[in-house]
Amino acid sequence: MVTEKDVSYVADLAHLELTEAERARMLKDLNSILSYIDRLNELDTSAVEPMAQVASRYGARQDAGGAMRPDEPRPSLPHDEAMRNAPATDGVFFKVPKVIDR
Amino acid sequence: MNNPLTVDSARTAVLEKQTTATALVDAFYQKIAAEDEAIGAYLTLSQERAYLQAAYVDALADKGDALPPLAGVPIAIKDVFATTRVRTTAGSKILANFIAPYDATAVQRLEAAGAIILGKTNCDEFAMGSSNENSGFHPVRNPHDHSRVPGGSSGGSAAVVAAGTAVASIGSDTGGSIRQPAAFCGVVGMKPTYGRVSRYGLIAFASSLDHVGPFGKTVKDVALMLQCMAGRDPLDSTSADVPVLNYLEHVGQPVTGMKIGVPKEYFGEGLDAEVRAAVEAGIQELAKAGCEIVPISLPHTEHAIPTYYVVATAEASSNLARYDGVRYGVRASDGKTLAEMYRRTRDAGLGTEVKRRIMLGTYVLSAGYYDAYYLKAQRVRSLLSKDFDNAFAAVDAIVTPTTPTAAFKLGEKTDDPLAMYLADIYTVTANLAGVPGISVPCGKNKAGLPIGIQILGKSFDEPTVLRVAHVVEHAMAAAANPLSDSPEAGTQR
Repeated sequence: MVTEKDVSYVADLAHLELTEAERARMLKDLNSILSYIDRLNELDTSAVEPMAQVASRYGARQDAGGAMRPDEPRPSLPHDEAMRNAPATDGVFFKVPKVIDR
Repeated sequence: MNNPLTVDSARTAVLEKQTTATALVDAFYQKIAAEDEAIGAYLTLSQERAYLQAAYVDALADKGDALPPLAGVPIAIKDVFATTRVRTTAGSKILANFIAPYDATAVQRLEAAGAIILGKTNCDEFAMGSSNENSGFHPVRNPHDHSRVPGGSSGGSAAVVAAGTAVASIGSDTGGSIRQPAAFCGVVGMKPTYGRVSRYGLIAFASSLDHVGPFGKTVKDVALMLQCMAGRDPLDSTSADVPVLNYLEHVGQPVTGMKIGVPKEYFGEGLDAEVRAAVEAGIQELAKAGCEIVPISLPHTEHAIPTYYVVATAEASSNLARYDGVRYGVRASDGKTLAEMYRRTRDAGLGTEVKRRIMLGTYVLSAGYYDAYYLKAQRVRSLLSKDFDNAFAAVDAIVTPTTPTAAFKLGEKTDDPLAMYLADIYTVTANLAGVPGISVPCGKNKAGLPIGIQILGKSFDEPTVLRVAHVVEHAMAAAANPLSDSPEAGTQR
């Protein structure tokens, strides 16, 4: 059972503030969805390996050797293009508010 | 719904100088201007890019050069694919002003094949939704009935093909987001095998489930589009190093002797009677075409939706952490500290469903719940995947309804997230297992709404999926209009 405290804690982890109304709605929805998800406990999976992705089964090169490329310098995104979408920059760095206080 | 152009006929018209690519683009923008406002399928039109590409194609045609396979074909791109010079929003206010510095590989390959990008299509925010009502801008309406949803999340990409405001389009499919709207809008939509089409430049929702695929009016068009996008891409380490087959040559080939599995779990409670009847009629057509129909079981199907909503939201909560107002997107201006700026930016920029999924995903990954939810779901994913391995040891393809019902009304499910999630009950399994699937129109219900039939295949066996799909497509078209085609047409070119 998700509590109001859990909602606050998780919102904090996810960098969301949420209004009072959103928190109330979230409490209701998370409990409803999680109780549906609890159906997974009908299955005994003690002898089943977890499956994180399908790529390795199907030949995509996800193994350490396959996914590696030679470590050679290549052109990367030019600085000005990388900064172009930023809400605030000083031309060299991304600008953000004070980082010390929460 | 009165535009007869297909990928094939559009290219031929340009090739044979019946028209020019520029004239085609003019005609499509006129149609969009006249008709799209009522549907809301486009978020951004890319006229400058389209006319440049049209001029390039027309120059090729003038010189008499060989034209590439999609030359002059006007298409639309779901707004989750990065495009230079044209904004990419993912249907979210948080990216309302974002201009990507590079093109997605799928976009780049389609343009290299001569396709003309008319614009970017509306979708559920960050591809999270089954009705397009979660768009941060405005919903999309189903071209067959404006009071109904087009499906989602690639609702705009399905609607433009149905409405004839693009010849073909592409979308992304994480739990059914191509196949479900294709079914609702009466068009063909395909999710190929995981890794078959590069996701480079696709805005990530759930990386182990995200797929790129085409929409078209016909199975042949979808095969042509897939052909141009498929293949290894060094920019996407999950793209498969598996040879790309010639899809087109399988479209129209016979299916005699093929074993078609019909899983009983997809025909149970919750399946609308008219959808069931239409899909069963489609299966009968496959039997008439010489397929052996084999009853099968995919026993873990009922656990697919809960598995999906753990895996997808967990991955989404991580993927969407990047929307923090620092490097791109819209920043809320009133945050006094960095953490406050993050929170206010995300609160203002993200919609209800996206926040709900971030919350759920963060919860299932949080300390104390990781094993109970996330690892548990990954274990059930193994079981679901093995269901398909077992089934495909005995059959060549699996046929199911694409959706439990035809298109529902706008607002019908918006207050009940769980009811909305169940709209994907027949499609999420293919994402969890990574197998290819297609939705093909399979008649209409009494209200005149399209019904879709889904064909699933073995990994990288898109040829069989397309072959079976083409037989169903022809049989259903012949059944709807008995004078237009012979019953054998589906088995011969």
